[in-house]
Amino acid sequence: MTTEEWKFTTKDIAEKPDLFLSGHRACAGCGPATVLRMIMKATRGPTIVTEATGCMEVVSSIYPYTSWAVPWLHTAFETAAANASGIESALKIMKKKGKVKQEHVDVIAIAGDGGTYDIGIQALSGAVERGHDFLFVLYDNEAYMNTGIQRSGGTPHGAATTTSPAGTVIPGKLEYKKPIAEIMVAHEMPYVATASPYYWRDMLTKVRRGLEVEGPAFLHVFAPCPRGWRSDPAKSIEYSKLVVETCVFPLWESINGQCQLSTPSKLIALAPQKKKPVTDYLKGQGRFSHMFKPQGKKLLEEVQRVTDERWQRLLAKCGMAQ
Amino acid sequence: MTAKEKGWKEIAPAGVCSKASTEFLTGDWKTYTPVRDPEKCTRCLLCVVFCPDGAIRWRPEKGDIEFDAGYCKGCGICANECPTKAITMKFEQE
Repeated sequence: MTTEEWKFTTKDIAEKPDLFLSGHRACAGCGPATVLRMIMKATRGPTIVTEATGCMEVVSSIYPYTSWAVPWLHTAFETAAANASGIESALKIMKKKGKVKQEHVDVIAIAGDGGTYDIGIQALSGAVERGHDFLFVLYDNEAYMNTGIQRSGGTPHGAATTTSPAGTVIPGKLEYKKPIAEIMVAHEMPYVATASPYYWRDMLTKVRRGLEVEGPAFLHVFAPCPRGWRSDPAKSIEYSKLVVETCVFPLWESINGQCQLSTPSKLIALAPQKKKPVTDYLKGQGRFSHMFKPQGKKLLEEVQRVTDERWQRLLAKCGMAQ
Repeated sequence: MTAKEKGWKEIAPAGVCSKASTEFLTGDWKTYTPVRDPEKCTRCLLCVVFCPDGAIRWRPEKGDIEFDAGYCKGCGICANECPTKAITMKFEQE
């Protein structure tokens, strides 16, 4: 099915069989589980998935059960992109030898924020530099949730984790979130995009675009984690909406280096009064609860300032500076 | 390990997972159960899209959705995201 035929309506999604099956052991209200289910609905044909160690690898492959209805490979934490490049090269040579009959096989590499921001970045950078044809999906739940909520390069400023606890000494994580998608844009790769599961149609379109593009594609998906964020499981999808509305995580895509805002963020850029204060997103999350105490006021202002700064920088990049 | 389980010599090499996870029911994790008001429901299917467990199924032959209690973990995302508030979470009692 081509992008034109596949309209991405709720009915299309509901009728397409799940490739990420029920019965996985993710926590109730798991954001990444929704993300993976949806991403697998946007595949266009034969697909091979490879995954780095992380929450979604653990919950979907507890021996002897597997949640994957497609060929799936797991190796070490740092090798999602290296695996993908190996798979893609093997497919190429096997097709040449006539061992693979399919006209095209898509390769998707999936990793969490630990497997991308910190541990997997060298493999990712190398695979992109070599120009392998694969889609790298980063599901960003903003810490190492699977091992007990340790801070990662993707943890936002001020968030409390078990290795950056908020207390009298430090007010949560002191460093800022690494702009990973911009690092990938700097690789001059053909397709980079950010997505959020609340805007599911936007996300599925980006997955499909990433698969269709020749060469490497990178998709940064925001994925709320109720366990690690100490938030209400029912609100996982709501947070993925608020994070876009507050411009903490704007949606944009970069095609061959041309950066453009996606519709949900574009609407905010065109009508700045729609932009919500960051407190709307931060409140209700236990990891930010110290910010709402009297001593956290300064930190809250700092988060707003950095968010605004990054938003303005993005607007300038997309040629929409105010 | 129980005596019934296979030893390391009998299992597939490299620990290949051989069973679908659909055989493993996660429905007994839940504390709250989603209850739907069919009158209010517009069949927009947003709950089917957002369910992390794929526990809400669309049945085209009936033109209706179905909750699969076998997998639903009772997170409440469906109730929270329902545009018409047709789904409520009820405390599950034996």
